[in-house]
Amino acid sequence: MSFISYLKDGISLGSIYAIIALGYTMVYGIAKMLNFAHGDVIMVGAFVILTAITKAGMSPLVSILIAVAFCTVLGITIEKIAYRPLRKASSNLAVLITAIGVSYLLQNLALLIFGADAKSFVTVINVPAVTLFDGKLMIKGITIVTIVACIIIMTVLTLFVKKTKPGRAMQAVSEDRDAAQLMGVNVNATISLTFAIGSGLAAIAGLLLCSAYPTLTAYTGAMPGIKAFVAAVFGGIGSIPGAMVGGILLGVIEIFGRAYISSQVADAIVFAVLIIVLLVKPTGLFGKNIQEKV
Amino acid sequence: MKKMNKTTKKNATTYLTVLILFVVVQTLSATGNLSRLLTGLLVPLCVYIIAAVSLNLVVGFSGELSLGHAGFMCVGAYSSALFSHVMADAIPSVPRFILTILVGAAVAGVCGILIGIPVLRLRGDYLAIVTLAFGEIIKNLINILYVGVDENGLHVATSSAGIKLAPGGKQILKGALGISGTATLYKDIKDYFFPIGVILILITLFIVQNLVNSRSGRAIMSTRDNRIAAESIGINVTKYKLLAFSISAALAGVAGVLYSHNLSMLKVSVFDYNMSILVLVYVVLGGIGNIWGSIIATIILYALPELLRGFANYRMLIYAIVLIVMMLFNWAPAARDWRSRVLEKITGGKHKKEAA
Repeated sequence: MSFISYLKDGISLGSIYAIIALGYTMVYGIAKMLNFAHGDVIMVGAFVILTAITKAGMSPLVSILIAVAFCTVLGITIEKIAYRPLRKASSNLAVLITAIGVSYLLQNLALLIFGADAKSFVTVINVPAVTLFDGKLMIKGITIVTIVACIIIMTVLTLFVKKTKPGRAMQAVSEDRDAAQLMGVNVNATISLTFAIGSGLAAIAGLLLCSAYPTLTAYTGAMPGIKAFVAAVFGGIGSIPGAMVGGILLGVIEIFGRAYISSQVADAIVFAVLIIVLLVKPTGLFGKNIQEKV
Repeated sequence: MKKMNKTTKKNATTYLTVLILFVVVQTLSATGNLSRLLTGLLVPLCVYIIAAVSLNLVVGFSGELSLGHAGFMCVGAYSSALFSHVMADAIPSVPRFILTILVGAAVAGVCGILIGIPVLRLRGDYLAIVTLAFGEIIKNLINILYVGVDENGLHVATSSAGIKLAPGGKQILKGALGISGTATLYKDIKDYFFPIGVILILITLFIVQNLVNSRSGRAIMSTRDNRIAAESIGINVTKYKLLAFSISAALAGVAGVLYSHNLSMLKVSVFDYNMSILVLVYVVLGGIGNIWGSIIATIILYALPELLRGFANYRMLIYAIVLIVMMLFNWAPAARDWRSRVLEKITGGKHKKEAA
């Protein structure tokens, strides 16, 4: 029974990684950049929820909506000020370093505003736990909510990208930016929209992450951000189902590694699996293999 | 005197400038014009300059983004500190320090080759994430490593209890607690770490500049500029990329040696991806493929948080803003156009438009 229990923990953690990885993968697919500040947007989202509930006394639902709106605006602003001027820069590294700068900025702003000590996150999601197999297996409410949220987000996002006009514009921009522009797609607006969705999802990921592991500091988003980035690469960066599968696999591997091998080397195991997958399949599980032409 | 060609002259200028900087700093320090705080920063500054110059070899000349540089520094730091502790009674301090640098460089270089062989098959961002992963794995593994020494030799284990030492033996590496007391092994030469650091910088510059201007260096740059074209004229892309990667790793190991011997407490947690990114920031801000740029950017960015100490809590915030603004000003096409327009105005239109 402990196996199933670990499995559900892994899927739950993996669902959070998957939601964060979606933000990475969509931005990468369209803007061809690694948004290192994405992990810190998660932290910002969690802080907004915490502040809205404890300081302003708002209801959980309202505070979640505020956090999503705040992160969406934040994502669009970051893209407009810090990334857009560098979109045509001669080196891809320039925008990467700027993203690191934005990441430092968000972390240090949070440090200044909220202080360096760890805050304990409030209970936002109140769903009763479910017991199965005569009490041998207990699934916490937050676990159920996380997994359900991940499935809903995935489905809606896939439908959005496949069926709607803005979604198809995103596909077009990711395929060939210049050709899309010639076909009348507003590239700037599409990239802004991508950042908006990614950052809005980051707020939800922040909520789920801090509900499952209820401590919050300015650096909370950094490590899950890196792990989710690994998940996105794992599944093939730029692919939405890839992010989902990569995220969940990563979460399961991490929890199993922690439970069956050693909690100290769990991260090393996760990264080792990533390396092995990339060596066998250099563009990730669902990545497209683009043939280089002269 | 033999007539020097342009490259030799340029290289000589670089060494001379580093020496002049060193003399100036040393004079300031000797006459008491440098605060204790700043004096304490000099050796770490040397560490970061070596790290940045060596990373530039991979990022700038070989064109691969590496996010695992701290991993190699970590390997160099730990292998050399272990060597210093084990050999503490066997060899006098000066030859021991020279040997320890070689050990650090060799171990890190071998790690570079071992990691480079699989990693360099990948391209672009995939390569970046795998180097990041390797850096984290190295950190994680050293974190659970326990090493002790007694009369029977070295003992290695993965837990404090697993390492069975005979009475009188001592634990050197204690897992997450790291290695302590490496600096005290070199009491007599510790005051000279800054000059030693400068010598190591000069050696690093010598290696990198000579490599870059050699036949191999041109082959490395050709794989960066156009991989397919380089392959088609018979250049072994993997071999040259591996060459750049492993030399860079060995030099990072040297930086790690200096870092670990300057500290009384060496903990593995400092060598996380943030350190790799920090070094990468120096390289990119200084100009990719520009060695001088790396040195200057390292000095400025390393000193910046210290100079901003007066702003207390706001200093890292200002650092972040300065970083973003500098990147935008340096790299944004709009800012570049504006800069060359201003430059044209100043020089009266004589200045040719800067190539992107």
